[in-house]
Amino acid sequence: MPTVSMKVNGVDVSGDVEARTLLVQFLRETLDMTGTHVGCDTSQCGACCVLMNGDSVKSCSVLAVQAEGAEITTIEGLANGDELHPMQDAFRQNHGLQCGFCTPGMVISAIDLVSKNPKPTEKEVREWLEGNLCRCTGYHNIVKAIQAGAQAMGG
Amino acid sequence: MYDFEYHRAASLDDAAGKLKSADDGTLVAGGMTLIPTLKLRLASPSDLIDISGLAELSGIKAEGDAVVVGAATIHAAVAASSDVRAKIPALADLAELIGDAQVRNRGTLGGSIANNDPTADYPAALLALGATIRTDHREIAADDYFEGLFETALDAGEIITQVAFPVPEKASYQKFPNPASRYALVGVFVAKGPSGVRVAVTGAGLDGVFRVTEMETALAENFSPDAIKDVSVSADGLNADIHAGADYRAHLIGVLARRAVADCT
Repeated sequence: MPTVSMKVNGVDVSGDVEARTLLVQFLRETLDMTGTHVGCDTSQCGACCVLMNGDSVKSCSVLAVQAEGAEITTIEGLANGDELHPMQDAFRQNHGLQCGFCTPGMVISAIDLVSKNPKPTEKEVREWLEGNLCRCTGYHNIVKAIQAGAQAMGG
Repeated sequence: MYDFEYHRAASLDDAAGKLKSADDGTLVAGGMTLIPTLKLRLASPSDLIDISGLAELSGIKAEGDAVVVGAATIHAAVAASSDVRAKIPALADLAELIGDAQVRNRGTLGGSIANNDPTADYPAALLALGATIRTDHREIAADDYFEGLFETALDAGEIITQVAFPVPEKASYQKFPNPASRYALVGVFVAKGPSGVRVAVTGAGLDGVFRVTEMETALAENFSPDAIKDVSVSADGLNADIHAGADYRAHLIGVLARRAVADCT
């Protein structure tokens, strides 16, 4: 059984996994980090987004062994103690979630966007969210939250 | 997903050797098509040979009158490349329209054209620009490469290393995406370049990407949307599914081709 090692939220981790183990399974089942969600399991919904070496990826469509040596950031790695990451706080302030299931992926995806485009327009935010589905809010407040979060992050 | 042996290739030669020695091995780079396919148990290779980390397959460079893109270059890198943006902006636009941001962060040019999905975007660019596919054995002209539904001219064990795109005078890609999957319901790439005017259509053909020669002839005489407004595209040989009928796709080819000509820069 292959051994896989990576850095998750700044901590070195490793585990023995089957080659077919998905990155999201490794996070949720091996590391017990259940903040990253599995919504559709068919690469559509984006609930499973994590940052892999700084870029957002759908962790249900990446093998754990492909993340060997990578730096992974999940939703659990964003807050500083009790202090929410500015993007998390913007989602809270702007009511950018209802049931919250898609939120971990939305926040991770938003942080990737802002890292590449510090001041995204509403149109750019909406286009970027093509890979993140929300079935509650109709996106309006998510878009507002991401623009507010971008501003809070210094954009 | 059935289990398999996973190998990370150390070099192109290593990848070719591992592919040859595997019972039923397959290459993986971004895995944006392969991994969902494995999850659905539509494929069950004995071995996966990962070529995503190979530096010799990555990168974008200007080479004479062409832009050369490594096979393992992700779509996001093509979209963000200043070389591609400066020399073939339509190619950067196309890369930016593939899937979603997360797919573009993993999916690769080589993976897309090796798979030759009839609704993928890149095949239209390769055919319209008259690109050359470089492998570990030879060079293949795009005209000879796409052989039908998920079929290519690649031999078993042959590995795509680069694609050379001749820089056109002007080009544009116009796409009508399926709103759920973002694959092209119809995509039309128009290019005016060293090999004349070419109009390549993806998403619509039952056999995958194809050229519309009647439009090419009309545009060679008069490169304007008006020149092709009376060219009708037959619905014979076009896809029909729950998303769109063949007639609708035929109509879209005309609309998107005219938009592409108008947008050509």
